Amino acid sequence: MSNIKYILGSFADPDQMMDGIDKLQKNNIEIYDCFTPMPIHGIEAKLGVKPSRLPIVAFCFAVLGAILGFSLLYYTMVHDWPMNIGGKPAFAAPAFVPVTFEVTILLCALGMVATFFFRNHLFPGRAPRVMDIRATDDRFILAVDAKTNTDHELIDSLLKEAGAVEVKHNERKYISYE
Amino acid sequence: MSSKESIIRQPLVTGENITYAKVTDDILLPVENKPNKAWWIGFTIAGLGALLWVVSVGYTFWEGIGVWGLNKTVGWAWDITDFVWWVGIGHAGTLISAVLLIFKQNWRNSINRSAEAMTIFAVICAATYVVAHMGRPWLAYWIFPIPNQFGSLWVNFNSPLVWDAFAISTYFTVSLVFWFCGLLPDIATVRDRATGLKRKIYSILSLGWNGSVKTWQRFEIVALILAGISTPLVLSVHTIVSMDFATSIVPGWHTTIFPPYFVAGAIFSGFAMVQTLLLVLRKVMNFEDYITMFHIEAMNIIILVTGSIVGIAYLTELFIAWYSGSEYELYAFQNRIGGPYAWAYWSMMTCNVISPQLFWFKKIRTSIPISWVLSIVVNIGMWFERFVIIVTSLHRDYLPSSWAMFYPTWVDVGIFVGSVGLFFTLFLLFLRFLPGIAVAEVKMLLKSSSLQHKKKQIEEGLFPADQVEFFKERLDMYDSVTEEEISEIQN
Repeated sequence: MSNIKYILGSFADPDQMMDGIDKLQKNNIEIYDCFTPMPIHGIEAKLGVKPSRLPIVAFCFAVLGAILGFSLLYYTMVHDWPMNIGGKPAFAAPAFVPVTFEVTILLCALGMVATFFFRNHLFPGRAPRVMDIRATDDRFILAVDAKTNTDHELIDSLLKEAGAVEVKHNERKYISYE
Repeated sequence: MSSKESIIRQPLVTGENITYAKVTDDILLPVENKPNKAWWIGFTIAGLGALLWVVSVGYTFWEGIGVWGLNKTVGWAWDITDFVWWVGIGHAGTLISAVLLIFKQNWRNSINRSAEAMTIFAVICAATYVVAHMGRPWLAYWIFPIPNQFGSLWVNFNSPLVWDAFAISTYFTVSLVFWFCGLLPDIATVRDRATGLKRKIYSILSLGWNGSVKTWQRFEIVALILAGISTPLVLSVHTIVSMDFATSIVPGWHTTIFPPYFVAGAIFSGFAMVQTLLLVLRKVMNFEDYITMFHIEAMNIIILVTGSIVGIAYLTELFIAWYSGSEYELYAFQNRIGGPYAWAYWSMMTCNVISPQLFWFKKIRTSIPISWVLSIVVNIGMWFERFVIIVTSLHRDYLPSSWAMFYPTWVDVGIFVGSVGLFFTLFLLFLRFLPGIAVAEVKMLLKSSSLQHKKKQIEEGLFPADQVEFFKERLDMYDSVTEEEISEIQN
């Protein structure tokens, strides 16, 4: 048994990579992941990646922000220390709109981005899980798990056929940043 | 990927043999190499300006705001003028990154990064005035609802000044987050090409970005939602800034037209500032293939549209001053037109209403030197707009015995000139250490909107001859495409 962990098809063109995905999938070869220097539209559908639920998260945080913002105003202006400002009612709802709105937006943005970072394990000091150093530059990397897909020669030839510039057999999963 | 875009659309990326690698090389050139002479000259001048800012603000903090030219009658002048000016300038960045994203205007891809950076630095400049004008800046946290030492007395949430504190700080935070998220893939690109300490630093900044399918999917969703919430946010910010004035009863301020008028003015001045910066940047950094004449023309059209809205707002104000029958309101405007500050009013009118109308002419719209000069004229005009609104309204209001004039001191001027220096210092540092154009987003255009791709499609005979002819005619204005290249395009 070889020590090869991952087979990487390195493409110079995103369309060829998409073609490679089709070819592998036709042969029932499961694709581990793709690493690209830019977003590729339509790739999620091909790889069966579920739609992101971040919009729901954003909505929940926005609702939370609206509740917190309004509660702050209601507590300070109406409940805790109502002030007589020109004889106007303490509960001056229209004047509460701007601050409630700003807090809503703030919580929505921060909450959503924090969730995005959390779910993708993005944080300062995180060792980059990069399989090919050129995946952030000019190469579109298609990774196949070599342990579960054993016919390496078939994978090689399919990737080459699709137009891969280079096919790598990696014994390490990620490249070292040391 | 290689979506079939109509040939009638102009290319957004020009240049021969443009590949993904070339895009990275071109854009990262200033980040990966030692800065050139132009950068050092700019940085030195800007740095001296920033130093002036430190001196002027430091002197203000030491002595108190009595060192400004303010008096009992004109209690708000250059500080708030400069504040509104900077906040307004900031708005174009959000507009480019958010509104144009929602409307799928792909030309934003090569200008959004620098415009967002501009937003952040402009808001920083604006925020310094808020703190500086307080007199006791060490108590600046009093504008936030923190239970303080006087018991549980809270801030007055019915006051637009408190709304402003919330609006500006939310705006700054959300803009910063938006900018940083967009930067992640590009920082990762720098990281993977660097070595040693540089790689370590960019590695920390990149948060471990790897460009997997799921990361990109969430990245795009985050960008879209941030754009969606930034759009109403940016409108709310300048609306609230305008309410600082509109909710008062000073003649010339107490008008309902202020929110839309201020927002249009903000976009107008912001795009002018983007134009000022980008026209220099594309030349000095050799970004002509990415920031093309199409971008310049498109921005000039936005300046024309928003400038016309601002012009209509000025005329509406004048009309209502007369039509309302309010003698104080009418006097405020008579005083603006013919009073001691008439020169400021007419400078504003010339710079903001007349000069952008020149952009109706295609020759002017596509001329780089004229566009650059006009963009500066617009910014001068927009500064005068705020000065006119603020000072001419205050210096003569209801009580003639209190009428006074405002004369700036060297500290007023120093803080303003200094803040421009601070802005350019930050902007030049940004260009030195971070990619000035969104690398990943420009790469998305290569197989749809680049001249090279369009040429290839024409050669394949995908488009009818008359459309190709139309395409060739419109290539004429590009300074990055030669006559030869155009004549080479054969159907």
